[in-house]
Amino acid sequence: MKPRVFALLVAAFAISSLQALAADAVPTDKDSVASSRAVKLSEKLRCLVCQNQTIADSNAELAQDLRRQIHEQIAAGKTDDEIVDYMVARYGDFVLYQPPVKSTTVLLWAGPGLLLLVGFVGLARIVRARRAESDAPPLTAEEHERAARLLDGDRAKDAS
Amino acid sequence: MSKKLLIPLALFVVLCGFLLVGLWRDPREVPSPLIGKPAPPFKLAQLHEPSKTLGPSDLKGQVWLLNVWASWCVSCREEHPLLVELGKAKVVPIVGLNYKDEPAAGMKWLTQNGDPYNLSVVDRDGRVGIDWGVYGVPETFVIDKAGAIRYKQIGPITVEALQTKILPLVRELQKS
Repeated sequence: MKPRVFALLVAAFAISSLQALAADAVPTDKDSVASSRAVKLSEKLRCLVCQNQTIADSNAELAQDLRRQIHEQIAAGKTDDEIVDYMVARYGDFVLYQPPVKSTTVLLWAGPGLLLLVGFVGLARIVRARRAESDAPPLTAEEHERAARLLDGDRAKDAS
Repeated sequence: MSKKLLIPLALFVVLCGFLLVGLWRDPREVPSPLIGKPAPPFKLAQLHEPSKTLGPSDLKGQVWLLNVWASWCVSCREEHPLLVELGKAKVVPIVGLNYKDEPAAGMKWLTQNGDPYNLSVVDRDGRVGIDWGVYGVPETFVIDKAGAIRYKQIGPITVEALQTKILPLVRELQKS
């Protein structure tokens, strides 16, 4: 009796796991291209609810909705640029992790380079000033004598 | 030499100025690109009469407010008394966008807390919310007679925002 129950259980388990296998849709090539596009796009876009996460990372409801939008638009045959434009039209440039180069963002893009340039100019000026200092005129005979006295350690005489 | 030493100090003071201003700014308030643009169209079922629809085109020719709310939204409770008062004053029509909510829960919430809306429409899956760039409920939009968005309040309406921004703008738009 018992082995029969066991066999039945095993059979039931085998069938249910087969069903589970059948439930997993096998992705086609087209699907995998679309989903990798969707992932790439959602990694470029900021979630406005949790602002330091992309909508790929975030589990906020809005991020889920926006991921759904991306999937739907890819399915509808929209290009990546069209989808990004769609998001920017609604949420502004802030949704882009990489802000576009515009008149308002020039300082953002050029700022680090400008600071580096300022640093180099400053450095060059300091180096030049030091070099000018070291090119000081040679000592006079009197100064030589005093230097010699100092070096000999005869400080008392110098102090007088 | 002492003048040169003042340069880093001056730079530091400027930096402090920027940081100080940043302290008082809310990074969650992202300026909407929709300001000055025509209100995104929708045609949604009304909360209390699902067989009827409403859209921005039905409200052309008048200044109106669109308030995005939900029964699950905690800060909506904060602004609600103010909205109820504004609704009673009948200064400007208020349309509610019931965002990602169960209609039954929404209706119950309104009977409990008061209904300031001339009408509420149901945005069950949040698609209209996305079109309007909604990301933090509650949000309130001011729409002018021509159907363009003129102002967006992100987060609950405060007495200050109502008195200094929303109402003056509404009055000015109603005159034009």
